[in-house]
Amino acid sequence: MMARSITAEPELTTAAPGRAAVRPKRRRNNTWVGIIGWLLGILFFFPVLWMVITSFKTEAQAYTNTPQFVFTPTLEQYKTVFASGIWPYFANSAFATIVSTIFVLLLATPCAFALSLRPVKKTRDVLFFFISTKMLPIVAAIIPIYIAARNLHMLDNIFTLVILYTAMNLPIAVWMMRSFFLEVPGELLEAAEMDGAPLRRTVTEVILPVVAPGLAATALICSIFAWNEFFFAVNLTATQAATVPVFLVGFISSEGLYFAQLCAAATVATLPVILAGWIAQRQLVRGLSFGAIK
Amino acid sequence: MTAIAPPVASAQRVRARPDRGRQGWVRRAPLLPALVFTIIVTQLPFLLTLWYSLQSWSLVRPGSEHFVGFANYVAVFQDSQFWTAALNTVILTVGAVLIAMLIGIGLALILDRKFLGRGIVRTLLITPFLVMPVAAALLWKTTLLDPTFGIVNWVLRPFGIGHFDWISQVPLLSVMIEMIWQWTPFMMLLVLAGLQSQPKDIVEAAGVDGARPLQIFRELTVPHLRRYIELGVVLGAIYLINEFDAIYMMTQGGPGISSTNLPFYIYQRAFLGFEVGQAAAMGVVVVVMTIIVATFALRLIFTSFSGTEQAA
Repeated sequence: MMARSITAEPELTTAAPGRAAVRPKRRRNNTWVGIIGWLLGILFFFPVLWMVITSFKTEAQAYTNTPQFVFTPTLEQYKTVFASGIWPYFANSAFATIVSTIFVLLLATPCAFALSLRPVKKTRDVLFFFISTKMLPIVAAIIPIYIAARNLHMLDNIFTLVILYTAMNLPIAVWMMRSFFLEVPGELLEAAEMDGAPLRRTVTEVILPVVAPGLAATALICSIFAWNEFFFAVNLTATQAATVPVFLVGFISSEGLYFAQLCAAATVATLPVILAGWIAQRQLVRGLSFGAIK
Repeated sequence: MTAIAPPVASAQRVRARPDRGRQGWVRRAPLLPALVFTIIVTQLPFLLTLWYSLQSWSLVRPGSEHFVGFANYVAVFQDSQFWTAALNTVILTVGAVLIAMLIGIGLALILDRKFLGRGIVRTLLITPFLVMPVAAALLWKTTLLDPTFGIVNWVLRPFGIGHFDWISQVPLLSVMIEMIWQWTPFMMLLVLAGLQSQPKDIVEAAGVDGARPLQIFRELTVPHLRRYIELGVVLGAIYLINEFDAIYMMTQGGPGISSTNLPFYIYQRAFLGFEVGQAAAMGVVVVVMTIIVATFALRLIFTSFSGTEQAA
C-alpha cells in the first residue's frame, strides 16, 4: 500500500499541469503531507492489522522473537474459536444490540420530535437532563442495579442488558435525532400545515424522508456502543446471557493466553463493529458529539 | 443549536392558546415515555446508592445491614487507597485526553489537506476507535506490549529497550497508551469537522492579502477550532473518567494498586470485597466530583454551540 501511494503521488501533481504551475509549492507540500498521512494511518491501523495477521498463524509462528510477516496462513485458530462455543455469546450480543437499538429508536424519535419541531416548554431543561445522565459514572449505579436485578431474579438475563443498553444510548439518540429533526425545512412544515394536512401525514410525507438517514445513523451508533459494552455485561451476566466481550475474557482464562488464538477470537468479536463503523463514518462525528457537530 | 426552529414554534404557540392545557399534554406526550424510562433506570439507582452509602452492609453476610450514618464516608476519606485511585483517575484522564487531543489535531490538519487516498487514510485512522475496548486492551497486553514476543519491544530493540516489561514496570503508562490509541480518532474527527467548517473564502482572502500560512493558522484557524477542541476535551473526559475495560483486561489495577482508578476500585470493593455500604459511599463521592466537572462542562457545550460564537 505504501509503495503505491508514494509512486502515485507525483502522478497526481503532473496530472493537472495548469493548476500545478499556479501553486507548485503547495502541490509539492501536499505530496509530503500525503506520505506522512499514509505513514501515520498505517501506524494507527497497525495493531488491528497485526491482530488479523496473527489470527492466521499457528501458535509457534505467533511466539517468535522476531515477528514473522511471511508465513503460510492457517484457519486452525478460527476453528478453535468457533468450536469453543462462541455462537450463544454472539446470539446474546446480537439480541441485546438489536432489541435495545429498536427500543432506543422507538423512545427517542417521538421524544426528539417534542424537543425540536413541536417543542415543549422547558425543552432546554429536558435536553440538559438527558445529557447529564451520560455524565454520571456508571460505577455509582452498578450496586443498586445489581441488587435490584438479583431481587427481581433478573441476573444473567439478557433483558436486563437490553434495558440498561436502552438507557445508556437514549440520551445520545435523543440529541442526535433532534439535530436531524431541526434540519427539516420550516417552509415545508408550514406549507403542510396551511394545507391542513393531519399530523400523521405531515410526519410520514414531510418529516420522515428528511429524517430517515438520521434514523439509520443513530441506529448504527447505538449498535456500536451496545455491542462493545463490557461493564454491565461482566457484572450482571454469567452463563446464560453473557455477551461477546465476556466471551473474550472467559476464552483467555479457560484457554490461556495464546496469542494466535486470542487474536482470532478478538477479530471475530471486533469485525462486525469495524464494518458498521466504516459504513457509518460520515455520521460518526455527529453521534459522538451528541449531534452538536454536523 | 439551542434555538428551536423559531417560526414554527411561534406559529404553534399562537394557535395553541384557546385550549392550552390539552394542547400542552398533546405536545408533551411523545416526550414522556423516554423521559420516564430514563428517570427510572438512571436516577433511581443513584437515590438507592445514596441510601446504601449510609448502611453497613456486606453481601457475604445476609442480614448484616444496619444504619451507620456517615461512617462510610469517614472511612472513605481516611482510605489512602481511595486517594491513590483518585489520583490515578486524574492522571489517566488528563494525560490521555490531552495527548490524544494533540495527536488528533495533528492528524486532522493532515486530513484537511487533499492527497491521494485521503479517504482510505481517514478510514484507517478511525478504526482504533471502533475496536471493542476489551479486545483492544487484550491486543496491547499481549501481541504488542509483551516483553519477549511483543512487536513494540521488537521495534524498540535497536534502541536498547530489550525485554522491557511495560505492563508491570509502567502499568499506568501502558493503560494510558492504549486509551490514547483508542481515543485519538475521536479527537481527530471532532477537530477535522471544525477545520472543514472553517469558511474557506476568509482563509483565501487572508492568503491574497499576504498573510503567511503560520499567521493564518494562528490568527484564524486556532480561534475557530477552539470550541471544537473544548468539546472534544469535555466529551473525551466524560468517557475516559469512567474507563474500566482497559484496566480490567491489562493490569487488574496492579501491581498493587498502582494502576487502579476509581471505577475499578469501586468495582473491586463491591464485587470482590462485597462491601456494599463503602462502595456506595465511594460512588457518591465520585458522583459529586463528576457533577462539579459536569456542570462546568455542560455550560461549555451549550454556550459554545448555541451560536453566540466569540471572535477570540
